[in-house]
Amino acid sequence: MGYLLRLFFYGVLVRLVVLFVLGLNVRHRERLPGRGPAILAANHNSHLDAMAMISLLPLRLLPKVRPVAAADYFLRNKLLAWFALNVVGIVPLNRQRTHEKEDLLAPIAAALERGEILVFFPEGSRGEPEQLAEFKTGLARIAERRPDVPVVPVYTYGLGKALPKGEWMIVPFFVDIFVGEPLHFDGDRIAYMERYRHAMAQLALEEKHADWT
Amino acid sequence: MSLDKLHLWIPPSVLWTFGAIVALLVVASLIVAFMRRGDAGKHVELAARVNSWWVLVGVFAVALLFRRGIAIGFFAVLSFLALKEYLSLIPTRRADRSVLFWAYLCVPIQYWWVWNQWYHMFLIFIPVWAFLFIAMRMVLRGETRDFLRAAGTIHWGLMTMVFGLSHLAYLLVLPDGKPVPAHGAALLLFVVLLTELNDVLQYVWGRTLGKRKVIEPVSPKKTVEGLVGGALTTTVVAVLLAPVLTPLTRMDSVAVGLMIGFGGFLGDVTISAVKRDIGVKDTGTMIPGHGGILDRIDSLLFTAPLFFHFMAFFYF
Repeated sequence: MGYLLRLFFYGVLVRLVVLFVLGLNVRHRERLPGRGPAILAANHNSHLDAMAMISLLPLRLLPKVRPVAAADYFLRNKLLAWFALNVVGIVPLNRQRTHEKEDLLAPIAAALERGEILVFFPEGSRGEPEQLAEFKTGLARIAERRPDVPVVPVYTYGLGKALPKGEWMIVPFFVDIFVGEPLHFDGDRIAYMERYRHAMAQLALEEKHADWT
Repeated sequence: MSLDKLHLWIPPSVLWTFGAIVALLVVASLIVAFMRRGDAGKHVELAARVNSWWVLVGVFAVALLFRRGIAIGFFAVLSFLALKEYLSLIPTRRADRSVLFWAYLCVPIQYWWVWNQWYHMFLIFIPVWAFLFIAMRMVLRGETRDFLRAAGTIHWGLMTMVFGLSHLAYLLVLPDGKPVPAHGAALLLFVVLLTELNDVLQYVWGRTLGKRKVIEPVSPKKTVEGLVGGALTTTVVAVLLAPVLTPLTRMDSVAVGLMIGFGGFLGDVTISAVKRDIGVKDTGTMIPGHGGILDRIDSLLFTAPLFFHFMAFFYF
């Protein structure tokens, strides 16, 4: 039942919104992972970000695909928590430690252990529409734990225009999604984040995008 | 199964014309296959383009053949996609997000007038009501930076992608058989076929004989030979096809052929100018080998209203 609901949500509703109301221009689709474990690491401007990326992957992978999302935001009330966990299928992540020894990345490690493809937003929050915030080093910490798992940088443009933070109405825009080459960890967190930042900057340069102010 | 069982609403002449188009595509595919023999790496773009033509013709045929309502809905979707492509390309202001929502809402409303054959509202809704309403909505937001540019670009999009294209749909609700023998679907097929054929013919003439640039700063590949050769060939086809699909007299079909030939060129280079202004090559990636929706329908943005008002003025 839960899975059928999820299949209907992603297979019908999300695809209708993402592919018809919005519409995607995807470049380098062949770089997307064909199976888990893997991480899609993208910039974050909208609730639609994860939806768009999950629509890129074939439905047969759906049982294995989950977005990593903030527990404090998505589990804040019962109804939303039910929806987030069962339909959207998030991996809930606590952004703040509640006690000193808490391993915040444990749910992600467990999901990768199960062979899942995770959608991850290193910025940690949606922030200002169509503006890039600082990438946090959580991504490097995950990569350090699982150097065998490919991390695919994904740059998106337009989703923050279609549904920015604080708005509820979707306004149609075509969305660009540029997929980068998978990154692998090489022993240095700072250098790793620098490579990720560089890959994202290169993808952003593939198309000239007008400022949105 | 006989054809009447399908309850098609279109006349046989439209079916025959579609048959001719399919024959033309078969010939084109054979020529491309011959050009690519022995080396699949050759003419990849051309092959993709011809393959896309098959899909486009198929979608257009399905949209047109069965029901008037389906056909009108098809053009509403086409307007929506074209407007979306346009509004995604141009710079828009954050303050105008809700304004753009209203702009999109003009699409179903405009096609609602078409469906109800409300000619007066069809003609004035976007040039008058939407024009004033969008300006009002924008000014009430209170953002004055780039106001004129934003108001101008949004209205330009509505005029071309919604108002202009909806003329194709209105052809479908012109009175069937009265006062002259004409069927809307046949007129629609006539103008769309000639416009698209004109694009191809201008390209072929330009590639084979093209020397003198016609409008280099906008579209460096367009030549005088392509333009004139294409337009004249289109006129010949118009004269041959007019008795099959339209009530046009011989003289009028020459005029319409030239109008589509030169009007199509103008629509094409107008969208080229928009793309050059923004700094992109294609308007999208939706149609392999062609680019975006706008790259394919650019000529129609001019020929549709031109042809419609020619018919409305002289025949309806």
